Amino acid sequence: MADSTSMKEREEAHWAKTSRLMFTHLGIWFFFGFVIHMFVKPLNNIVIPILGFPLGFYMAAQGSLIAFVVMLFVFAKQQDKIDREFGFAEED
Amino acid sequence: MATQGAATSDFIKNLGRMYGTYTGGFLAFIILLAVLEQVGVPNKILGYLFVFFTLAVYAIIGVMTRTAEVSEYYVAGRRVPAFYNGMATGADWMSAASFVGMAGTLFLLGYDGLAWVLGWTGGFVLVSILIGPYLRKFGAYTVPDFLSFRYGGNFARFLGVIVLVACSFTYVTAQIYGTGIIASRFLGMQFELAVFAGLVGILLCAMLGGMRAVTWTQIAQYIVLIIAYLTPIIILSTKNYGIPIPELTYGQAIVDITAREQQMLANGLTTAAALKPHIQPFINYSPLNFFAIIMCMMVGTASLPHILMRYFTTPSVREARQSVAWSLLFIFLLYFSAPAYAAFSKLEVYTNIIGRDLTAIRPWLFSWGELGLIQICGKNASSIDAIVAACKAIADHPGVVRLQDFVINTDVIVLSTPEIAGLPYVISGLVAAGGLAAALSTADGLLLAIANALSHDIYYKMIDPNAPTIRRLTVARALLVGVAVVAAATAATKPGDILAMVGWAFSLAMAGNFPALVMGVWWKRTTATGAICGIIAGFGLCLFYLVTTRYFPGAGVKYFGMTSLTNPLTGAPLVDIAKAMALPNAMESFPTLAHPMANKVGWFDLNNIACGLLGTPLGFAVIYIVSKLGREPSAEMQAYVDEIRKPRGRTVLEERTT
Repeated sequence: MADSTSMKEREEAHWAKTSRLMFTHLGIWFFFGFVIHMFVKPLNNIVIPILGFPLGFYMAAQGSLIAFVVMLFVFAKQQDKIDREFGFAEED
Repeated sequence: MATQGAATSDFIKNLGRMYGTYTGGFLAFIILLAVLEQVGVPNKILGYLFVFFTLAVYAIIGVMTRTAEVSEYYVAGRRVPAFYNGMATGADWMSAASFVGMAGTLFLLGYDGLAWVLGWTGGFVLVSILIGPYLRKFGAYTVPDFLSFRYGGNFARFLGVIVLVACSFTYVTAQIYGTGIIASRFLGMQFELAVFAGLVGILLCAMLGGMRAVTWTQIAQYIVLIIAYLTPIIILSTKNYGIPIPELTYGQAIVDITAREQQMLANGLTTAAALKPHIQPFINYSPLNFFAIIMCMMVGTASLPHILMRYFTTPSVREARQSVAWSLLFIFLLYFSAPAYAAFSKLEVYTNIIGRDLTAIRPWLFSWGELGLIQICGKNASSIDAIVAACKAIADHPGVVRLQDFVINTDVIVLSTPEIAGLPYVISGLVAAGGLAAALSTADGLLLAIANALSHDIYYKMIDPNAPTIRRLTVARALLVGVAVVAAATAATKPGDILAMVGWAFSLAMAGNFPALVMGVWWKRTTATGAICGIIAGFGLCLFYLVTTRYFPGAGVKYFGMTSLTNPLTGAPLVDIAKAMALPNAMESFPTLAHPMANKVGWFDLNNIACGLLGTPLGFAVIYIVSKLGREPSAEMQAYVDEIRKPRGRTVLEERTT
């Protein structure tokens, strides 16, 4: 019985941490997918040196995309760490 | 069994060497064709060689990886490594619309076109954090499998199949159409014939080996399509700016375009009304529609069954997550290059076509003009004489090409870049082979999703649960051929407007699947009744909005209070509703595709491509309220949800595979 309560607790703690990670990434996703592009007009007044892109255009054409790719690799690592911490990760 | 296991792990270990050799072989093949071109082999033969060689390779892979095992057929035995599954997903994802259409859209719409680029990349974040890995742990063969298990049986399964078929069929028709366009343009085949030739290619890949064959051909197709997409602009960037990284150098092209736009205004080559500055936001889409399209494409990505099912094939949940990251990296390579295509082409058009004397037009233009894809002064630009004659008919024409005289079909941008850059024909052939790979790989994935839903969910799970393996696979293959033929027949009628059709598929998937999938994993309290009501309400509203605004705009205005969409720049209505409603055909519907109000009416000024934005919140709300009203799901079901959330351990669903 003690075993199953500790299992229950572990499950809950694991899911709380997983949920927190999900909301963090959802927030970053929303920022790069939407919020930053709402400011495209003021951002376009800034020009990236040497390359010549207006910043607002650059964020939609490349900046946010790079952020998404990096986020996904980081997320895979972070979630795996959480799974390992609670002993729920698959064997390697 | 032991020997078979050893053979399989050898196969996985050798993947790197196999695909490395394949890539090298493909590059050698390109060089061989380049040599053939130099010794005088005609372009038409080079084009045929390109298309038939690549098709043959896909077919050989398809035949070699045929299978008679159910789990191999449906989920490739669940042993595709993350990296390779990422590549296969990349090909599955990037369609003719991405390969051929995206750069053209960016050319026409400038900044506003980036809504599609953002929408078609950011959605993978949602796939990874909300849905994909959990479905992998669940152990489904198809998305309706999950709906059926979580939401109490075959009615939920049936709804899942309806959503799946509705969105995938819309999408696959657009792909086969794209295949036909490319084959007819490069091989000079008749369009209808080209459609069915493409179909044979698709079937050879998918029919014998199901998911297993599709996976290994999609990887081969990804390699072809990415080489084909990047080669022309890398050469162009090196030629123009001395650096072989077009994604960096096109910033300069944008600066030049902006300067040239001002110059054209000053020289009277364009008017303020005709010019749409490349970097100025929100002149083609209002901010609402811009963000609505991004949202629908992103959430739609996380709901499309043919994408989700790719993550059923990885060996573990961990690899499913890594695989999403690899997928987006491979997709990113194409999408962050597309704006470079658009910028280089636009600069070329603005500097070397606009403002040029009519008699000095460069000849590459005429081959596209003959096909009706480039028009100058309202007539096909097939020769200098034709252009001069057409422009003479316009009063006060200055004798040079003005911006408002020039109309280009968006498909031409990618396909004509090699010619604009003055590259040899072999590069054009390469681009055609790439476009074909993009269309075929997406069509494969979609057809497989539809046929699997029909054979696994409808036939095996609902009609004959005792069917022996052989019969299940035979039914699956027969359905695959059947669906493919119906899709090709639909495509042969040229339904048109590829980007809009693809957009609809995303919105339908989003409204039908997303709330039920997310709530099923993330909220244990979700009940079967809640989810079923939510799917019906969300999908129903989206479909209603789409069909009404597209086919029954008169009824929409009269009975449902729809108003005209507005021009994002001026705020003026797109159609005069009062006048259009007074016309005798105002209430006509389906057959009159040229209805003056079609796609131009709606609620809240919302484009019907983004109809998912109406259906999805409704779906979530209905699921929440109805679930709260009903009894909590059984402790057993809640324990299953806990199982789905933990990567460790066996899959929840154990299929009978032999």
